[in-house]
Amino acid sequence: MPERENAVPTRRPQQRLRLAARYLFLTVGAIVVLFPLYMAVVNSLLEPSQIAHQPPPLIPLHPQWHTYPDAWSGGHMAVYLRNSAIQTSIIVAGQIVTSILAAYAFAFLEFPFRRSLFVVFLMTLMIPFEVTVATNLSTVSSLGWFNTFPGLTVPFLATGFGTFLLRQAFLQIPRDLREAAQLDGYGHLRFLWSVAIPLVRPAIAALGVFSFLGAWNQYLWPLLVTGNDNSVRTVQIGLKQLLNTQLDQLNVSLAGTVIAVAPLIILLLIFQKQLVRSLTAGAVK
Amino acid sequence: MSARTLSARRRREAGLAYLLLLPALIIFAVFTFYPFLKNFKLALYQNPPYPGLPSHFVGLHQIGSVLGSSSFHQSLISTLLFVLMVVPTGLLGGLVLALAAHRQLKGMAGYRMIFSSTVVSSVAVAAVVFGTLMDPVVGLLPWLGLNPHPAILDNPTWALPAVAVIAIWQFLGLSFIIMTAGLQSMPDEVLEAARLDGAGSWTMFWRVTVPLLSPTLFFGLVVGTIYAFQSFGQIDILIGPQNAAFTHTNVLLYYVYQALSIQNDPGLAAVLSLVLFFILLALTLLQLRFLERRVHYAGA
Repeated sequence: MPERENAVPTRRPQQRLRLAARYLFLTVGAIVVLFPLYMAVVNSLLEPSQIAHQPPPLIPLHPQWHTYPDAWSGGHMAVYLRNSAIQTSIIVAGQIVTSILAAYAFAFLEFPFRRSLFVVFLMTLMIPFEVTVATNLSTVSSLGWFNTFPGLTVPFLATGFGTFLLRQAFLQIPRDLREAAQLDGYGHLRFLWSVAIPLVRPAIAALGVFSFLGAWNQYLWPLLVTGNDNSVRTVQIGLKQLLNTQLDQLNVSLAGTVIAVAPLIILLLIFQKQLVRSLTAGAVK
Repeated sequence: MSARTLSARRRREAGLAYLLLLPALIIFAVFTFYPFLKNFKLALYQNPPYPGLPSHFVGLHQIGSVLGSSSFHQSLISTLLFVLMVVPTGLLGGLVLALAAHRQLKGMAGYRMIFSSTVVSSVAVAAVVFGTLMDPVVGLLPWLGLNPHPAILDNPTWALPAVAVIAIWQFLGLSFIIMTAGLQSMPDEVLEAARLDGAGSWTMFWRVTVPLLSPTLFFGLVVGTIYAFQSFGQIDILIGPQNAAFTHTNVLLYYVYQALSIQNDPGLAAVLSLVLFFILLALTLLQLRFLERRVHYAGA
């Protein structure tokens, strides 16, 4: 590491001390933040009798790997993971498609009531989903969508936030580009597909990661619409079930928890930049 | 080009626009606006004590009786306490970690990844993980010598703070990400100039960093408050509907959930939903006004 401190030799010891203090603070912070998940991993590898041991073991000396296959098949985590994967894919794909279409209209087309319709889209951001749950439940049940993937996903196939995010991205595209494409005989749909979408790919990725996180971690709605049916129950509701049914097998429940969070940790490692971008849209600038 | 073909093209363009907006508009109409407005009607109808009977119109009576009920007051107080415990702590924690990690030093990318990581953990994951740590038998509390009776999650005094700790941990990642983005968007020259002027680090923090960061702090405040009002999964998993009222953890949204799926009372749920909506709306508007007055804009 090239040390800038070298330039001022007289202040060096004090600055080194400060640097050490900073690293110490960061490391303590990191340990505190990681501790709960670390303990979940440790406890998932212990025998139930060892978990109750005081003081709690901080390292699994004899890891019991069987808890993972137990949670996977016995705890139905495989089924729940598949269901969550289907539910999340439908929501992410749907939100991206409807947002791209609407955002393109707002950014590139002229039509009556454009401003008012944009306000309508923004108004959806003011209505939390929880407030609409009562009636949505009866709508979904009258459509016969209880315990089905349409019931789990259709209410979430459009997003005001996503439309706003992509409209902002589309507006960055120079107008000349559209005019040039028009002279080349590109219609709107062809321009959208082969010019506009490739140009805003980072924003689409940001929306995708954001939708993924939201959909995967949904709790209230899946809890209400998947009732007591295993066939479409998602990971989050499955975890609650796993905890209720296997209290004496806490290690298996925790193995299930680790399985449930693993896809998202991988997502964070790969797409950290996109995730940060979508979470802070509106914070800066 | 004649005026006629121009207007035909305009009309075609408008038609295309409406076609592109249609999918989203249908979803919003059916699953956002219709159910939202329906709340106003449902709130005026009382549900019979037995299912199967028709609900009947009672006007404002139901709204009055819900708003005047002690269970509503308890729920409102619990919700506000929960928000007050979660939001300031989460924001401060995120800010402190973001300030500590805001230097171009070796290993910072790793620390940033760790501090952001709790953003991906779902409420169910957080609840199961912390539920184990807080368990009166297998958890850490007996070992630490902190074991209240009744057990922490069944305890009317300690259940709400315990659930708040879980929410703070979950919110910390988002708070850190927001604060880091705010710090990174701050112009380095300003900080450098202040440092050259001989400002100490404490003065720097209060006179330069905080004012420049105020838009970020307010954004975090809005996001955090909305997040806290919408949390109830930890309570559902760790405490459950039978114990929520007794342990003073029956927050508004959990009350809505119970009205819907346990009491089968859409009228009650509608009144509570509207309260939740107006609180969130008022907070957003209040914060927007506050934002306009107080917040320092660079260059202003």
